[in-house]
Amino acid sequence: MKRNLICIICPRGCAMTVEGEGTDLTVTGNTCPKGKQYAIDECTHPMRTVTSTVRVTNRPDTMVSVKTAAPVPKDAIFEVMKRIRATTVKAPVKAGAVLVADVFGTDVIATKSVE
Amino acid sequence: MKYHDIVIVGGGPAGMAAAVAAFDAGVTDVAILDREEKLGGILKQCIHNGFGLHKLGRELTGPEYADVYRAEVEKRGIAVYTNTMVTAVSPERVVTAQNRSGVLTLSAGAVVLAMGCRERSRGALNISGTRPAGVYSAGTAQKLMNCEGYRVGERVVILGSGDIGLIMARRLSLEGAKVEAVCEIMPYSGGLIRNIVQCLEDFGIPLYLSHTVAEIHGRRRVEGVTIAEVDDKRRVIEATKRYVPCDTLLLSCGLIPENELTRAAGIPMDPVTGGALVDEHRQTAVPGIFACGNVLQVHDLVDYVSDEAEIAGAGAAAFVRNKAENRAAVTTKAGNGVRYVLPQQVRADGGEDVSLFLRVVRPFGKVRYTVSDGERVLATANRLKAAPGEMEKITVSRDKWQNVTGPVTVSLEELA
Repeated sequence: MKRNLICIICPRGCAMTVEGEGTDLTVTGNTCPKGKQYAIDECTHPMRTVTSTVRVTNRPDTMVSVKTAAPVPKDAIFEVMKRIRATTVKAPVKAGAVLVADVFGTDVIATKSVE
Repeated sequence: MKYHDIVIVGGGPAGMAAAVAAFDAGVTDVAILDREEKLGGILKQCIHNGFGLHKLGRELTGPEYADVYRAEVEKRGIAVYTNTMVTAVSPERVVTAQNRSGVLTLSAGAVVLAMGCRERSRGALNISGTRPAGVYSAGTAQKLMNCEGYRVGERVVILGSGDIGLIMARRLSLEGAKVEAVCEIMPYSGGLIRNIVQCLEDFGIPLYLSHTVAEIHGRRRVEGVTIAEVDDKRRVIEATKRYVPCDTLLLSCGLIPENELTRAAGIPMDPVTGGALVDEHRQTAVPGIFACGNVLQVHDLVDYVSDEAEIAGAGAAAFVRNKAENRAAVTTKAGNGVRYVLPQQVRADGGEDVSLFLRVVRPFGKVRYTVSDGERVLATANRLKAAPGEMEKITVSRDKWQNVTGPVTVSLEELA
């Protein structure tokens, strides 16, 4: 297998090449160890942090921004979104509060406070 | 008239970082004026992650990044005037503003301009067709969705592949909308490569390079757009026109530094960056008035906005404490392949390292940058690639600035 990919860890956006089979993978083109790890993860089990919003029901036109506290499997993104969309919250909310617990091994947490 | 040592116009990432840096440089009477209810500027609507990797060593969302700086501002007891709109800044450093209690006039030892930028609008793009609802600038749509919880559309075409447009393509897809296409009039994207990967490729959204929206259709609401390929002069190729049904068109076609106050103050501008001409402390040509962040030059990353604001904040503090230098300045110039260089003037004489920030005119492969005063090479830097969407930084060490008199040019050569 040979796969070209662009690193999304930082804005540098290194063009990397992954070659090999199974777990025996060689990464070239990366300029840091994080990039190498990303390339291997991307070829074996791609992960993404999901960010979205949850409605605050007791405030007019107010959303609280949220994120998965850790990356989730890429193919689970829409499942995570379904769980987020089914959620509402009442203010006050503190940044860091768990709004949806236990989502693919992590939690969905608030990224801002609403008084 | 009330006095503050430093008055900062704008409480986004630039204003907050400038305030903190000025305070930490020993000037504690600092005030931030912002037209919104809460500090944070545009970060408040940027709910995606990727902020802070460079500056804070961790990956945060926009609201979290803003909270980090807001906490630093609060910790220092810096004066904050929210819901306060600055209407004028005079060259004598008198700042006029309005808020609910009326007109406010502040005199300042130094002023830091940190008003940010705004989006290019439909009117500025001259797209023909009708004028239905459903045409938004990408940032407006972002605010409506992320802060107020409105669904802006179901079938969307995005014109322009700037980062906000790319981020919104993902955001809309996550919320169940169908993003039909992103059209980019240039033969390359102006957005960060990582955003093309994680916002478009992840969601199977096509990016059409050298394409534009030729016409908008619909009476009350957008019903579709005509997209078309453009030639090398960016003219629509008639034969390539095709109709794409959609109910929403987002525009992500560039950001314009918001410099009305700057111009009205008579501060000389750089026609290329759209911001003021500044020296290495980000001081404009009007003494005591500084500028930083997207009002000075549009940045790709908020981390670099914070860096620049710290330079301006420290510079303003030095000015207030009468430590500003009065040495002759050398000018910087954009050479081969370089669109602009900032700062446009450097007063350094060997006292400190000075970094030059620049953008290139088009994408390049492997390049070597050369900084030269015409006689001597002051610095070189090799990069694996260069793109207009990614700001470059080259640092010229302090010893190299000694005895530089002529203009300093940054140019690039493409390496095989």
